[in-house]
Parts: sequence; structure tokens; C-alpha cells
Amino acid sequence: MTAVEIRRLCFAVGGRTILQDIDLTIETGTITAVMGMSGSGKTTLLKCMSGLLRPTTGDVMIGGENIAGMRESDIDRVRLRMGHVFQYAALFDSLPVFENVAFGLLQHRRMTRRAAGAAVAARLEEVGMAGSEALMPSELSGGMQKRVGLARALAMEPDILFYDEPTSGLDPVIARTIDDLITETRSRRRVTSVVVSHDLGSAFRIADRVVMIHAGRKVAEGTPIEIAASRQPDVAAFVRAGGVAKETT
Amino acid sequence: MAEQSAAPFVPQRRQRNGIVRSVLEFIGEITSLAAQSGVCLIRGRIALRDAVTQMATLGIDSLPIVVVTALSTGAVFAFYTTGVFVRFGAGRFVGGTLTLSFLMELGPLLAGISVAARSGAAIAAEIGSMVVTEQVDALRAMAVSPVRYLVAPRVLACVAMMPICCLFADTAGVVGSILMSSINGVPQQTFIESARTFVTEADLLKGVIKTLWFGLTIASVACRQGLRVHGGATGVGRGTTSSVVLCIVLVFVSDFFLAQALSGPSITIR
Repeated sequence: MTAVEIRRLCFAVGGRTILQDIDLTIETGTITAVMGMSGSGKTTLLKCMSGLLRPTTGDVMIGGENIAGMRESDIDRVRLRMGHVFQYAALFDSLPVFENVAFGLLQHRRMTRRAAGAAVAARLEEVGMAGSEALMPSELSGGMQKRVGLARALAMEPDILFYDEPTSGLDPVIARTIDDLITETRSRRRVTSVVVSHDLGSAFRIADRVVMIHAGRKVAEGTPIEIAASRQPDVAAFVRAGGVAKETT
Repeated sequence: MAEQSAAPFVPQRRQRNGIVRSVLEFIGEITSLAAQSGVCLIRGRIALRDAVTQMATLGIDSLPIVVVTALSTGAVFAFYTTGVFVRFGAGRFVGGTLTLSFLMELGPLLAGISVAARSGAAIAAEIGSMVVTEQVDALRAMAVSPVRYLVAPRVLACVAMMPICCLFADTAGVVGSILMSSINGVPQQTFIESARTFVTEADLLKGVIKTLWFGLTIASVACRQGLRVHGGATGVGRGTTSSVVLCIVLVFVSDFFLAQALSGPSITIR
């Protein structure tokens, strides 16, 4: 079953084309890594998928609904089935961890703070941040912020999770913890995950499929093993630079 | 030949069209933000807790600046005015003139400028920082409208608190005027009797009505400038500066039109 389907997506801003003719199908319950060099258009693609950016042309089908031409209020209905983990967590810095994680529940489920408390505690426990409810985002390290960001995305029990560079800027141990969280979340909840990353090791470890973007175009798609063995020059250069070809093949 | 003489005018026309377009876009965007906020308020879709917090931050915290500014201006205004009036034997008109000036013009204007400078900057900087750190995107990703969550409470807070700031400015200004006038030869009693003769409740109301518009303008413009921030810390700085400049200019410009609309082309003194 298809969770996300993108057809002939183009995105241009200020006369500059960022993404061109992207076609992509993501099956339910899979982890798909979108890879490419910095500035290749990965994050733009992710934001088009979550409706944060409107594609210039093309379709973005989420669970069979095309969000590309929808009004913002209609996209909001679809967004309730999606979660987004941002590159720098994007926690609301004026709110403590509890309010951040409970935000969606309080806004959409009309829960009382007390009722949301149990759900927040469970999500924080899930990401290894139990007992951090009263802390402010500024009191958390980068890795902790990302985990709270994941807890916030999970709180609404989404069907699809979008991760933007979940391991960038983290030390290898914390990065591995985040990778494990992504795979655990998938196996526990059957969540469809789309992970944007330029960390080859991480992507190859967790992804069922890898999509390579280069200069705004999709240049390769396949399993991590297929991508690692690719002879396509842009892909081969990226894989070689990442130093995982031998390890994977 | 004709082509040569016409050529230099083309870029100027384009530039003019660009400016007109920018101005129209600006008016359209702030009107849209204000209207969307109004819809949220009418439907009761804003968190009252956020609105109250904003009222405290944007309104109550601005009061010290408003009071100090108005008190000093009242004193200085009285210092110059009283001297001239007393010299021409018109000391009994000082109270009426200064109080009327404060209630109808200086009080609302000083409150507007102080709130525009302080709260306009605060709103643009806070929302701008949220934009560059993707917190606004996070709101949208969680299906929460930034207008409902960020703009509407600030618009409500500014509109509700501006009249209060205005009343504080009026009071401080008049107190400053009374103090300085009494030093310069107009007794307090004369000042107050003169004010009672020349000033009506309607004059106070006209000034307060102006500030409702100032509050709406300041909040809408500051939120718009904040939401349009891009380019990291430099962008936040640019957005904040432009917010303060635009808010102050618009307070002055709208004050001119509101004065005409509320009082007619010339003021009638009772």
C-alpha cells in the first residue's frame, strides 16, 4: 500500500529551480532515506511532502489525497496524520518540554493538561527522556532536543513521520541512538518514515530504500545495497566519499 | 531618436511600478493578517491564556516607558507654553490648551510611539526568531495556524492594551503639565478650572479611539514583518528594525487621518 506518492514534482523559487521532475513512491511501513549533497534539494522535497512548501507543479499524494493544490486549512486535516522532526528540533523555546510534547494533544484533541500528562510521559519514556517534562528546551543538549522533537511528533500517533537530518551535528553514539529510535518507532507502530540525511552510514543502516537527489533531480533509487553498488557517477562519488561502499557490499 | 529619448524612462517606470506593487502587497498582507485574526477572535479560536500573557508583555510592561515619556513631554510642553501665555495675560487658558492637546493628540501619539518602539520590536523579533529556527514551520506541521496561535493573541493584546497605555499617557502628561505650569506662575486650581471649561469627555474618547487603531496597526505590521523574516540573525535584525520604523511612521500617518475623521477639519472648542 502506498503512503506517499510524488508525481512530476517541480519546485522553483525566485526563478531558480530547486527540484525538477521528481517521481517517488513510498510504501506504507517502510523507511526511505532521501540522500544527496548539501543544497541538492532534500529538505525542500521533504517540506513539499509535508505540505510546508507548495510545489510549483506536480502532485503530492498522501494516503491517496493530493495536497499540492489544497488550501492550507484542508492540508491541516492531512497533517494530523503526519509528524515532522526538524533538523534543529524546532522546539518552542518559550514552552517547557511537557508543553512541547503535549502541544498537538492540547490543540487538537481538546485534552486537559492532566489527561495529556500520561501520554506525554509515555512518549518521553519511549525516546529515553523520562522525567524531563519541566525542563526548558534551552536546558537540553542537541541530542536531547532531537529526542524531545521525536516525542512531540509521536504524541499525535502519526501514520507518516518526516525526519530532517535527524543525526546531523550529533556525536556517533547519540546518532546511533537516534537511528535506533527511528527503527524502533517503525517496528513498534508501523509508521512510514522518510528520513532526509547526508549521513550515509546512518541511512544505509536504517533504510529499506534509498533515494539519491543530485542538483534537484532524482538520480537513483533502490535498496542500500543497490545504491552502494551503483555505477552512476554522481551516486558512486557520493558513496565513495561516504566510505560505506565496502562495508555494505 | 525617439527610442533613445524614451529609453531612460523605462527603468524609472519599472521602479515606480515595483514600489507601488510593494506598497499594495504590504497593505494587502497586513489587512489580511488583521482580518484573519479578527475571524479567529470572533470564532473564539484563540487561547485566552496566551492573550493575557501578551497583554502583560506588550501592554503592562510598556507602561513605565509610556509614563516617563508622557510626563517629560507634558512638563517640557508646559514649560514653553506657560511662559508665552502668562506674558500675554492668558494664563487661565493654559490648563485647557495643554489638557486638550494631551487628551486628543499627545497622549495617544506618545502611547502609540512608545508601544510601537517597544512592543513592535519585541513582536517582530520573537516571531522572526521563531521563523528562522523553524518553530513557525513546526506549528504548521502540527496543523496549528501561525495566525491563530501567534498573530491573533498579539493583535488582541495590542488593541486591548493601547487605550490603557493612552490613559496612563494622558494622566502622566497632564500631571507633568500641572507641575511645570505651577512653577511658571499658573496655580494648580487655575489650571484645573481651565481644563474643566475647555475639555469634554468626548475629547478623551476621541484620543482613546485613535489608540485602538494604533494597536491594530502596530500588532499587524510587527507580526507581518516577523513572519517575513528570512536569513538568520541578520534577517531578524532587519525585520525588527523595519517593524519599528514602519509602525512609528504608520502611527504618525494614521494619526493625521484619524484627527481629521474624528474632529473634522477644524476643532471646535466649547
